[in-house]
Amino acid sequence: MGVVTPARPTTGTRPARAAERVRNRDGWWAALFLAPQVLGLLAFLVFPLGFAIVLAFMRWDGLGEKSWVGFDNFAAQLTDPEFGTAVWNTVKLALLTVPVGLTLALLVALALNNVRGKTFYRVVYFLPVVTSSVAVAVMWQVILASGDYGVLNSTLHRWFGVTPPDWLDDPGWVIVAIAVVTIWSSLGLNVVIFLAGLQTIPPSLTEAARIDGAGPVRVLRSVTLPMISPTIFFSTVVAVISSFQAFDQIYVLVNPDHNEGARTIVYQVYDLGFQKFEFGMSSAAALILLALTLIVTFVQFAAQKRLVHYDS
Amino acid sequence: MAVIPASPGSRRLASPGPRRLGRIGLHAALAAGGLLMLFPFVWMLLTSFKGAHQMLNTPLDWLPNPWRAQNYPDAFGALPFAQAYWNSFYIAVLNVVLTLFTSAMAAYAFARIRFRGSGLLFGLFLATQMVPQQVTVVPLYLMLAELGWVDSHLALIVPGFVNPFAVFLLRQFIRAVPIELEEAARLDGAGRWTIFWRIVLPNVRPGLGALGIIVFLASWNSFFFPLIFLNSPELATVPLLVSQFAGQHGATDYGLTLAASAISVIPMMIAFLIGQRRILNSMAMSGLGGR
Repeated sequence: MGVVTPARPTTGTRPARAAERVRNRDGWWAALFLAPQVLGLLAFLVFPLGFAIVLAFMRWDGLGEKSWVGFDNFAAQLTDPEFGTAVWNTVKLALLTVPVGLTLALLVALALNNVRGKTFYRVVYFLPVVTSSVAVAVMWQVILASGDYGVLNSTLHRWFGVTPPDWLDDPGWVIVAIAVVTIWSSLGLNVVIFLAGLQTIPPSLTEAARIDGAGPVRVLRSVTLPMISPTIFFSTVVAVISSFQAFDQIYVLVNPDHNEGARTIVYQVYDLGFQKFEFGMSSAAALILLALTLIVTFVQFAAQKRLVHYDS
Repeated sequence: MAVIPASPGSRRLASPGPRRLGRIGLHAALAAGGLLMLFPFVWMLLTSFKGAHQMLNTPLDWLPNPWRAQNYPDAFGALPFAQAYWNSFYIAVLNVVLTLFTSAMAAYAFARIRFRGSGLLFGLFLATQMVPQQVTVVPLYLMLAELGWVDSHLALIVPGFVNPFAVFLLRQFIRAVPIELEEAARLDGAGRWTIFWRIVLPNVRPGLGALGIIVFLASWNSFFFPLIFLNSPELATVPLLVSQFAGQHGATDYGLTLAASAISVIPMMIAFLIGQRRILNSMAMSGLGGR
């Protein structure tokens, strides 16, 4: 604090009172600076969240009477096979996209880190990230189309003689198709982030390891990976959360109303809320998704204490 | 810090032969991956020039025959694309302006003003990030319906400025501004607002630029909220319009649908290619949590 001299031990002296006054004024300034975001957060996030919790215990279609139903909505969802499918599909999608997507991104970033033409490749791998999810889904719909209409299946069939599944219509394969599209469209973002992480590693460190006789694999395992583990952790948390919230690609690529294999919790929330107008049910499903997100994130934070290296 | 045991008689540098081979292999792998990344775009462009009849040909034609450029004016004429462009653009600009301004204010308070409960409040800010959009969307819909904002752009513009991530990112940038600048200004009699506006903001311009790009892209490409909140065709944003188009023509006329998709994608591609360095750096920065 520039102008204010530090308060002396005895209160009541002039400088102490001045400091007090400045602190009070600071409180007002803080309130003023924080007001737009805090009020916005209260109005558009905290209040709706509370409202969602209340709705989850009610039956309401938005027009008729509201009635309290206790835990019925949760019980109904948790015992509904459709919701069970949705949970399983959500988990499957995360298990498919996160490990594969991040490993691929790490490999590409490691390769790019040692190669010329980094700028060019970064741009190429990043193009899908700036493309809207709707356009991405439309593009892939045509590639993955069934039989001879889709370029993927017709090529597989004619060049390799295999009869591939109907990626978008087969309930057993559609999550794989969605995972491929998701990985393709988010790869570049993770590559760019990992590349930036790799560049924060002081070259002297890897150099020292090499001089000490460490081979490339050893350098990777003992220096590079520990050094970027905070970045990997951060990206994993973000990737899991966004995989749990995936909606756009699924909605446009396959309509889960026609293919149960693509129904995720988020789609269930949308379906119940905006197609069936069961606001209470929809909120209950959404809160179960929130609980799942919190649990998984908490587990990740607990695990990171052992896996992530934070000393630079 | 991992300790690397020093092995006596450490290996000499690998001979240039295998090293060069490795490098060529690396380039080949990266190029193959790059082709996979580009293929969907190439296929979109090729398909967008095909006529409806060509979709039925088996085996499938790789190249359009004949090249049917007419798909583009047809797609453009079938739906109010120009209007959608304007809608997406002005909504994104307003989102950027409102988000940057208000989150910079909050970030300044968290970074530079001491007040009781600062740490707790900041923690709560970050915690709200974990709440999925879909949890709050039903109540938000009901609220905005009450306000008469459903089927209006206000539903996308007003709630859109609340952005804890932006506050977090800008706080990191503001903390890096030398405190001496602020103290010097205070000695000259500048108040909090002047310091914020004249000293802090100009010094975090790179952070604002990076965040602005991220917010613009997110707004431009967002689909869930427009889908929920907008009904009138003249209010549609670009992604919403493309999805409606795909819903109507998708299965029947791939050429037309992909022309529409290409129309929606190409301007963003051009903007990205022009500003790629900045965009990529800002994405990297945000991914590292502003470190």
